[in-house]
Amino acid sequence: MLNRQGRPSEAGQAETSAHSTFTGNRALQIEEALIFEIGRTETTGVDLEEPAAFTDRLGGLERTRPIGVPGLTEPETMRHYVRLSQKNYGIDTGIFPLGSCTMKHNPRLNEKAARLPGFGDIHPLQPLSTAGGALTLIAELARWLRVLTGMPAIAMTPKAGAHGELAGMMAIKAALAARGEKRSVVVVPDSAHGTNPATAALLGYRVEGFPARADGTVDAEEVKKHLSPQAAAIMLTNPNTCGLFERDVVAIAEAVHAVGGYFYADGANFNAIVGKVRPGDLGVDAMHINLHKTFSTPHGGGGPGAGPVALSAALAPFMPVPYVIADMNGVRMVEHASEVDAGAQPLGRMCAFHGQMGMFVRAMSYMLAHGADGMRQASEDAVLNANYVRASLSDLMSLPFGERPCMHEVLFDDAWLEGTGVSTLDFAKAMIDEGFHPMTMYFPLVVHGAMLIEPTESESKASLDLFIAALRDLAMAAKRGDTGRFSGAPYLAPRRRLDETRAARAPVLRWTPPAPQPVAAE
Amino acid sequence: MRYLPLTPADRDEMLARVGVPDVDALFADVPRNKLTRELPDLPLTKSEIEVERALRRMADRNTAAGAVPFFVGCGAYKHHIPASVDHLIQRSEFLTSYTPYQPEIAQGTLQYLFEFQTQVAMLTGMEVANASMYDGSTAAAEAVLMAHRVTKRRKALLAGNLHPHYRETIATVARWAGDEVVALPPEPGGREQLAEAIDDTISCVVVQTPDFYGHLHDLRPIAERAHAAGAMMVAVVTEVVSLGLVAPPGEMSADIVVAEGQSIGNALSYGGPYVGLFATRQKYLRQMPGRLAGETVDAEGRRGYVLTLSTREQHIRREKATSNICTNSGLCTLAFTIHMTLLGEAGLRRLARINHANAVSLAGLLAAVPGVAVLNERYFNEFTIRVPGNAADVIERLAARGVLGGVPALRLEPTREELRDLIIVAATEVNTDEDRAAYAAALREVL
Repeated sequence: MLNRQGRPSEAGQAETSAHSTFTGNRALQIEEALIFEIGRTETTGVDLEEPAAFTDRLGGLERTRPIGVPGLTEPETMRHYVRLSQKNYGIDTGIFPLGSCTMKHNPRLNEKAARLPGFGDIHPLQPLSTAGGALTLIAELARWLRVLTGMPAIAMTPKAGAHGELAGMMAIKAALAARGEKRSVVVVPDSAHGTNPATAALLGYRVEGFPARADGTVDAEEVKKHLSPQAAAIMLTNPNTCGLFERDVVAIAEAVHAVGGYFYADGANFNAIVGKVRPGDLGVDAMHINLHKTFSTPHGGGGPGAGPVALSAALAPFMPVPYVIADMNGVRMVEHASEVDAGAQPLGRMCAFHGQMGMFVRAMSYMLAHGADGMRQASEDAVLNANYVRASLSDLMSLPFGERPCMHEVLFDDAWLEGTGVSTLDFAKAMIDEGFHPMTMYFPLVVHGAMLIEPTESESKASLDLFIAALRDLAMAAKRGDTGRFSGAPYLAPRRRLDETRAARAPVLRWTPPAPQPVAAE
Repeated sequence: MRYLPLTPADRDEMLARVGVPDVDALFADVPRNKLTRELPDLPLTKSEIEVERALRRMADRNTAAGAVPFFVGCGAYKHHIPASVDHLIQRSEFLTSYTPYQPEIAQGTLQYLFEFQTQVAMLTGMEVANASMYDGSTAAAEAVLMAHRVTKRRKALLAGNLHPHYRETIATVARWAGDEVVALPPEPGGREQLAEAIDDTISCVVVQTPDFYGHLHDLRPIAERAHAAGAMMVAVVTEVVSLGLVAPPGEMSADIVVAEGQSIGNALSYGGPYVGLFATRQKYLRQMPGRLAGETVDAEGRRGYVLTLSTREQHIRREKATSNICTNSGLCTLAFTIHMTLLGEAGLRRLARINHANAVSLAGLLAAVPGVAVLNERYFNEFTIRVPGNAADVIERLAARGVLGGVPALRLEPTREELRDLIIVAATEVNTDEDRAAYAAALREVL
């Protein structure tokens, strides 16, 4: 059997091929100790000159005990973190089809732009007269987001998606309060991201969940059963976490508005519809936008994100401060509730300063590069790529909602693995050995053994073809009972499967100095 | 479009495999009348050179901190960042990776998070730290919510000299979550009687050191009083470099320490992205928000790291989670860890001494300017001056002379006219003797 590169390969061969080495290293994979084990507190990689003698003004509050943080010189630091980096998989390594997370290409121009001194090296509290370009950029990004969402206002400051959700739900609560109402329920379908119920609960709402109908979408009639004058809002992800467009969305919006509630849309999957559908046209009142997903500011190993939230006319007056206003008088920043125009009643402040400016620059760079045409093409390609994967695997893997087009991600369940002895987890881990990052596993919760694949528009057809071929090979191996390829996987990664139970049972969350070894006295 | 690999021929072939005539057939569930046909208000795709030109034009209208004598602080500080930090965080395997849900191929991220947690615990003098929050202000709001959970009380007492943005961030969450906040008025002179305001109805007292006006505080009497009242003490540090020289809150009986970590490894970037540090006592671990990396072993018994204790978190616990936080500040965390590793204890201590020395030197120079008074007795790298007249005008006049001389207190406390003559001034290692002399000379001229 030849592999795709035309060289002989044999499944399972890997289990026996790795012999142990003296160092524990495996060629390019170098074992790397913690900085606490290789550094010393008296070592430093930063040359600083000791200040001349002076009388301190610490008033007796100086630190007296050692800190304990070790230092490394610059070459040692480089080597340590480069070696760590080599234990990571990134988008630049290969396809990263993590459903719901949108791991698309991160253009390096965006990084360069964010590091221009005029953006990267400006202080949030320097005089506004010295930061006109920053205000202009924020206003311009907000304008693009208004056009793309079809919504009249964008609160720019939330620091990540969940933080945007919080801002949006606060705006809803504020709008209700302004009407003299205090409602108690937020309706959230079971397929929602965990942040939705967590956000609603944080604001004191009772979360009322309900299942989707058999086709994976939310039924407007079912929603109506949960709506009452006590319903503050519905929180709905669209396209939803099953990768499907909520076809009843307009009716759902009308139903929630009919009881005086608001429509919160989780914008995590906005990337499927940018330039194709405007949430504002669907009746959405608030929707956060994950700039790190849709507009490709990098995920960076779990952040930083940015979560501006789009607001309808009904919610716009409650936008948190600070915000930038651009009108015929130019661009200005409103920093305090005491400075707002008539009619505005800001809900407060989400964080210090003005939001994730570094991410704004990157998102602006992404948008300018794509333009209206490029963004629409990106959405279409993302949807096409997901459907291509779906159509290419549906004969082997099971689709919980049948053969119908998906949006930017395709959801399989584990029905097709029944009786094979291979679980979704095993299958995902075997993908690692094939050089792929696994898809999202076991989410959404509404499907058994969920496998959610989001290829994004960044994948070429050749890349998808190899991915599909590898998944077909794995699927057939699972079906013919080749469980060895799965049960111990991954075999070839820097680590084999890690013991998560042990980590949680007796948590070790920091390094501590080893206890001194007793000297044997004989 | 250079970021999109599919060719028109690919698309046709793929549509044929999918079995639809065109891509809009895949959008069939979208109501027909809601499909957007065009976006006339937005321009079309641009080349790299055009995008760079457009962004550079905007950037060039801002005054970069590194281009002028620069003394602006108040929760974000201009420090030197070693070149290797920015190089390393741009390694693709760090920059383009995700939250480490697949630990076998994310040991790089998990190990640096473990290193970060250890560094933060050591710096703050606490037992455990999480893998970061969005920034210092949101970490402070989370700390208050955690104190509510631990004490089963829902009222927080905020020191008057807490950073006003932090106060407002905490108050905003409290307002909409139905909790209570009592904020004392600012005391720019630094003689706040905080301990006296503590009673047994509060879940926590939130106190900052160095505070917004630069004063250092002995937190022990406050902690003692709080603990006697069954409340927690949340200590806030907005200038984390101070921990190289000043006794950490953990040694002054803090129950939770939150800090803004921007000063180590992270650019000013007009206010974000930054990195929130969050540390507490082991006994409160299960009430802590945010991600945690923990040590374990793999199937071959080799040491490795995983995300752990996720039963506290939203993706498992949903409406019963300790917080709705999902994303942390991954890459900013990495920048912090690398810079801290380069510094080490010896480097951090020296960096802190330089900051303090420069501030003492600057305070002396400014105090010698006729009409100017320095309000602080003890401080680290930031202090408050009183100037004759309107501080905001003074700052603008200084800016016109090419000196960014600090923050007028009124900018953050616009309703407190009594603060209109105060400027908060920060000095760091980037300021030279010439910068400080230039500030004093310019101040003399504009007053």
